[in-house]
Amino acid sequence: MTFLKINNLSVDYEMRKETVYAAKNVNIEVNKGEILGLVGESGSGKSTVGNAIINLIDDPGKVSSGSVFLGDLNIHENSESIIKYRGNKIGLIFQDPQTSLNPILTVGEQLIETIQTHLKSSKEEAKNKSIKLLQEVGIKDAEKRFNNYPHQFSGGMRQRVVISLALCCEPELLIADEPTTALDVSIQSQILELIKKLTKERNLAVILITHDMGVIAETTDRVAVMKSGNLVEIGETKKILTNPKENYTKSLVSSVPPTNKKISRFIIVEKEDKNKKENNIKILNRWEKKEIINQDLVQIKNLNKSFDDNFFTENSKNSVMAVNDVSFNIKEGESFGLVGESGSGKSTIAKMIVSLFKPTSGDIFFDKVCITKIKQRSELMKFRKQIQMIFQDPYSSLNGRLKVKDIIAEPITLHNPSITNIDLNNYIYDLLESVELTQKSADRYPHEFSGGQRQRISIARALATQPRLLVCDEPTSALDVSIQAQILNLLKDLQEQLNLTILFISHDLPVVRQMCDRIGVLKDGKLCEISETEDLFLKPTHEYTRELLRLMPKIESIYN
Amino acid sequence: MVGEETSDEERAELRDTLGLMDPIHVQFSRFIVNASKGEFGISYQLRRPVSELIVERLPATIELVVISALIALITGTLLGVYTGINRKGFLSDFVLAISLLGVSLPTFVIGILFIYLFAVILGILPSFGRGEVVDLGFWTTGFLTVSGLKAIILPSVTLSLFQMTYIIRLVRAEMMEILQTDYIKFARARGISENSIKYKHALKNGLIPVITIAGINIGTLIAFSIITETVFQWPGMGFLFIQAVQFVDIPIMSAYLVFIAFVFVMINFIVDILYYFIDPRIRVKGDTASG
Repeated sequence: MTFLKINNLSVDYEMRKETVYAAKNVNIEVNKGEILGLVGESGSGKSTVGNAIINLIDDPGKVSSGSVFLGDLNIHENSESIIKYRGNKIGLIFQDPQTSLNPILTVGEQLIETIQTHLKSSKEEAKNKSIKLLQEVGIKDAEKRFNNYPHQFSGGMRQRVVISLALCCEPELLIADEPTTALDVSIQSQILELIKKLTKERNLAVILITHDMGVIAETTDRVAVMKSGNLVEIGETKKILTNPKENYTKSLVSSVPPTNKKISRFIIVEKEDKNKKENNIKILNRWEKKEIINQDLVQIKNLNKSFDDNFFTENSKNSVMAVNDVSFNIKEGESFGLVGESGSGKSTIAKMIVSLFKPTSGDIFFDKVCITKIKQRSELMKFRKQIQMIFQDPYSSLNGRLKVKDIIAEPITLHNPSITNIDLNNYIYDLLESVELTQKSADRYPHEFSGGQRQRISIARALATQPRLLVCDEPTSALDVSIQAQILNLLKDLQEQLNLTILFISHDLPVVRQMCDRIGVLKDGKLCEISETEDLFLKPTHEYTRELLRLMPKIESIYN
Repeated sequence: MVGEETSDEERAELRDTLGLMDPIHVQFSRFIVNASKGEFGISYQLRRPVSELIVERLPATIELVVISALIALITGTLLGVYTGINRKGFLSDFVLAISLLGVSLPTFVIGILFIYLFAVILGILPSFGRGEVVDLGFWTTGFLTVSGLKAIILPSVTLSLFQMTYIIRLVRAEMMEILQTDYIKFARARGISENSIKYKHALKNGLIPVITIAGINIGTLIAFSIITETVFQWPGMGFLFIQAVQFVDIPIMSAYLVFIAFVFVMINFIVDILYYFIDPRIRVKGDTASG
């Protein structure tokens, strides 16, 4: 039985120069008791469709045509009428539980207000209902937590509160916009289980908007694929994922890192240019290529790092052990992966290796020299040149006021002040070509590039000093899956040709599986296990690793 | 303190009693010790204890500052919320244009314009002084007489204008930012009424930074009151200070500056404590993110 019916929905953003069509003639139907996945890359209009259903489009956007029916009810009859269905008939869950709750109102206040807006109930009734709801979404000690503020909940608990808020007036349609993207994998599976359970128990119609194919495969009954405002394909999840008809869907599915096997390169269906590969060699002429000898490039011994809450009382009970007695080695030419959930200390280790943080105790050896004991700046500079880092967020890690060529030139001139201008320019052009950017990009500013292109600029900047070790801290987690595949391919090619050693940090297990030779698993600052990649995935020894692997959303689950 | 006629011996004696012959560090430590007891010596010009003078002038300044702070906060917040919510519209543009004037015109120019308009041309408000005051023993107030109330209007409005424009712009920016946040969007998605979203959800969050700024600004108001008090001949501490500057009356100046510093610290201390009550994120330490 069709419950939600979206007919020819279009959303336009009228800008000064042009009109952007965020959604074009989208037709979607959702049944009760069914979860429909809405998948697509950023800018595909999937969130726009979700927001358009309750007419919550930010200015200057507006729903320009189409109708939305809930059962027999035309909820888009006029723009005012929709307001009374918000929260009442339709519940919405947003991506980031950290920001979707009002920080200065208690959870209870927010629940009671919402309930009283829609249902005629006394404060006492609303309170009882709220507590029951909080229990239903799995919050322990609900009566006490009712009076807590949002910041007193952890991320996963907060998302539960958000779900209880979305459900408190018993809507029949639930729209979840990337509900688990900001959460760790273990929390993610709990939240998805909760949504599945509620869908069944309350006979909800659910639209799950996500970019994660694994989540789609494991959670949804049907899936709709969107690309630049158009609906590409809609159908049963299994059919779409195993046997996509459209080219775009095919490329999207093939860009997803498989969780069950290691592949040498990602297959990119669209716009792969085979000729480009030879360009990579260009910087090789300048590169003092290190021969790979079977020895450890990096040795980490009993590394500790604690962050003190209080400046005056060192080693007080407030101090947090971010990294706790971690030791591992990275061989020259190897890709070493560090995985763990947020707060496991993986980024802290990276920052200590590049000497941005000072370890509380323990030693880091690079090429048999202990870099944590170096006092002189000039001595340290020698090592900084050999260790470079690529950061997670390509938007904030490039200085927006500098041209791309100045961004890349900075590390070069820092370590080689005598370089001539012509040499410098040629070197920059070579670097840009190695990361598959044109020479023209040198004179442009970072904001003119997309996220993937920016990450390429970061890579070029990191390569500028001809490092031996590249520390990649979640280099693709801010990127779309097809862009992620391109960047990962690029990193693999560069590593192969330049004999780079890579420390690859990620929370994304399938990505790590594709990228790394050996993997270390971190939990709460402690190293659980280190093993060869395939061994780790096939026969994990540590309980925590097994748990992570079990919870990881698998696109392959669709075949079972 | 000495006239033409004073003999050299008398001058030397006076220097000695005032302690001006001691080495600088002795003079300074004596000042510190006395200041910590609230004694700032004797005014060179008026020959009375400085602390007594300050206490005498304090009520006038405090009344002026409190009234203008209230005007600035209340009008500033109201107009800021209005312009933040109705971003386009004649009234918003008008308020913002006027607020630019408030920022750019110096206080004394506005004061003189007000005097010219309301006292000289219209003749409805007094141009200077505090009007009749009632002495309550420990405090002299102008709030209890009609002429006192009339007299405070022009100086307090003049003094508040600069801060008011500041607060308008701050509140407006905060409101605009907060109305874009996810939790406002989520509140809309739950069908919460627009009024509750604007005045309960958004305004409460928007006022947190305003309190910080307001705290600092009350200190600034006292400092700015020097100019306003001079323009309106307001018998407060600022006026006293200006006179002291003209006569190089160092005890008064130092006492005034120490007093202002003390007020600044106290106000910011109170603001920090206020934060504790307003922002729950600060209130609970230790058991964050449990469960």
